[in-house]
Amino acid sequence: MSVYTVPDQSGKYGNFGGRFVPELLMPAVLELEKAYEAAKQDKSFLGELNYYLKQYVGRETPLYFAERLTDKAGGAKIYLKREDLNHTGAHKINNTIGQALLTVRMGKRKVVAETGAGQHGVATATVCALLGLDCIVFMGEEDIRRQALNVQRMELLGAEVRSVEGGSGTLKDAVNEALRYWVNHVEDTHYIIGSVVGPHPFPMLVRDFQAVIGEETKRQILEQDGKLPEKIIACVGGGSNAMGMFYPFVEEEDVSLIGVEAGGSGLETNKHAATLTKGKVGVLHGTLTHLLQDENGQIEEAFSISAGLDYPGVGPEHSYLQSIDRVNYTSVTDKEALEAFELLSRKEGIIPALESSHAVAHAMKVAGEMSKDQTIVVCLSGRGDKDLRQ
Amino acid sequence: MGKVKLEKALQERLSAGEKIFSPFIMAGDGGLDILPDRIKFFEENDAAVIELGIPFSDPVADGPTIQAAGSRALANGTTLAKVLDILEVTKLERAIPVVIMTYINPIIAFGVEMFAKMCAKAGVDGVIIPDLPMEEERLVAEALSRRDIAFVRLAAMTSPQERLQELAKRTEGFLYAVAVTGTTGARREHDAYVSTFLQELKTYTETPVLAGFGVSTGEQARALSEYGDGVIVGSKVVQLLHEGNLAEISQLIAESRSLKV
Repeated sequence: MSVYTVPDQSGKYGNFGGRFVPELLMPAVLELEKAYEAAKQDKSFLGELNYYLKQYVGRETPLYFAERLTDKAGGAKIYLKREDLNHTGAHKINNTIGQALLTVRMGKRKVVAETGAGQHGVATATVCALLGLDCIVFMGEEDIRRQALNVQRMELLGAEVRSVEGGSGTLKDAVNEALRYWVNHVEDTHYIIGSVVGPHPFPMLVRDFQAVIGEETKRQILEQDGKLPEKIIACVGGGSNAMGMFYPFVEEEDVSLIGVEAGGSGLETNKHAATLTKGKVGVLHGTLTHLLQDENGQIEEAFSISAGLDYPGVGPEHSYLQSIDRVNYTSVTDKEALEAFELLSRKEGIIPALESSHAVAHAMKVAGEMSKDQTIVVCLSGRGDKDLRQ
Repeated sequence: MGKVKLEKALQERLSAGEKIFSPFIMAGDGGLDILPDRIKFFEENDAAVIELGIPFSDPVADGPTIQAAGSRALANGTTLAKVLDILEVTKLERAIPVVIMTYINPIIAFGVEMFAKMCAKAGVDGVIIPDLPMEEERLVAEALSRRDIAFVRLAAMTSPQERLQELAKRTEGFLYAVAVTGTTGARREHDAYVSTFLQELKTYTETPVLAGFGVSTGEQARALSEYGDGVIVGSKVVQLLHEGNLAEISQLIAESRSLKV
C-alpha cells in the first residue's frame, strides 16, 4: 500500500472524521491542534512523555507467547501484547499521560473526562493527581452503580465524579455531559477524551499516543519470532487500543488486521455494539463516522456485557480503514467473550478485561485454521479484575 | 419565501424602530398536533420570527430545559419528516418566518438534498445547525443556497476576530450571537463583555444581529437589544409552554420589545 497519511489538514480520514462542534468550541479545538503539532516536534515534551511512560506507566509492556493457549487452539502461535500490565491496568493511561502533559503545556490546570467502565476515568484521575490538575469525571448513573470500585478509586485519587442521569446512563451520555461541561468551561479546561473519537484533532492525537502499543509490538515480534505476524487482532469500542496497535502496521500489507466489535446478544438482535458491521454513517460527538442510529438519525443505545465497548459510535479512522479494505471488522458475542475470559484465566493465569476477551475469542476461532508456523498477535488491552462482579 | 422573506420581515421591524423578538420552540413538545396553534400564538403576539427546534437524541449545545423538551418530543414520535409535513400543510396559514434549528445528524439521515428540497416546499425560511462550524458547512451550504433558504451562522464570544468577521460575512437572514460561553438555558446575568461582543459584530455586518442563549427576562432582552437588533429566547419559552403559561410569554414578548430606538 502507498504511504498512509490520514488525517488531512481538516481532520478528515477519507470522508470520515472532521470537526462537528459548536462554534464556541472551535477555538479550543484549533488551539489543541496547534499545541499538539508543536509538542510533537519538541524534544523536551517527547522526552518527558517517554520518561513517564517508562518510569511511571511501566512500559514497555511484554509481548507474551501464550503457549498453552496456542496448544489449545491447535494452529497459529498466539502472542499477547500485555497492555493489562500498565499502571492502572489498561492501555488508557498511554493517552491520558500524553494529554495531561499537553494540558499543562497549554497552560490549563483543569481537566474534564468521561468514563464508561471507569478505566479511562481512573487513568485520567491518576495522571491529574500526578501533575496536580483538577479533575472532573462524568459517568452514567447506571455505570456508577455497576462500577462502584472504580468510582472509589477516582475519588481516592482526588477526582470529582459526577453522575449523569440523562439518557441510558452509560458512556454516550457521559460524553454528552463532558462535552457540555467543556462548552461551559472551555477557557480554563481541557477535555481528555478517552478514545479515538470526538472532533479532530482528538482521533489523531489519541491514536498517536496509543501507537506506542504497535511500535513496541513490531520490535518485539521481530525479536521473538523473526518475522511480522500474519494477523493482529484487537477489540473495538471507540477503538483506541486497536488504533494504537494497528497504526504502525497499516503500511505492512502482509499483516492482516482484524478489529473485533461487541456482538452482544448477537447481531440478529438489537442488543449489540457492532457499529461498523451494522451502523450507518452520521455525526455524533463531533465526528462523522459509523453510528448505531434509527432511520431518523436518533442515536440508539449500544449493548454489550463489556462497559468499555458499550458505545454507539466508533473512531472515524476505523470507518476509513474499513472503507479502503485495510482492516476487517468482525464481532464476537457476549457468550463467546465470557468463554474466552475464563479460558485465558485457566490456561495462562491471566484474567483479561471483558473488552480484551472479545479479541481473544476471535483469535481462538481463527488460530485453529492457521498453520503452526504462522503467528497471531492479540492486543490484551486491559486486565479483568474490574469485571469479576459481572 | 425563504431567505428573502426572512430578511424582509426583519428589516421591516428594524426600519420601524422596533427590536426583534424570536422565540425558540421545540417541535413535538406537548404533541405534534398543537404545533400549528403554537406558531399561530407567536404570530398573534407579534413575534418576528420563530425558531423551530427538531429534537435530537444527543444535543450537546443544550442545557437541561431544552434537553428535556427534546426528550419529550422524541417520546411523542417527533421526526424531521413529520414536522416538515405539518409545516407544508399549514404553509398558507402563516405569514411569520420559520427557521429550523437542529443538529446535523437528523439532516444527514434525512438526506441533505432532500432536506433542502422539503424545507423549500414547506415554506421554511432559514436553517440553524449548532454543531456545524464553518469548517464543515459545505456539507449543507450549497444545497440550502440553491433553494434560497437562509443559512444562519452562529458567532461565539470565544471566536477570534477573523472568525467573527468571516461568520458575519457568510451569515444569511441574521447572525446568531451566542451570548454566553456555555450551553442554552436561563441565567441570572450575562457577562459584561456581551455588550462589546454585540457591538463588535454590528460593525462587521449589515445583517441583523440577534443575541441568544441565556435570555430569560424582559430586562435581559432589553439590555441585549440595546447593542444588537434583538433576542432569541429559548429555554424560558420552552419552559413556559410546558407549564401552559401563555400569559407570561405574551408579557415577556411585550417587555422585550418595549425598547424603541
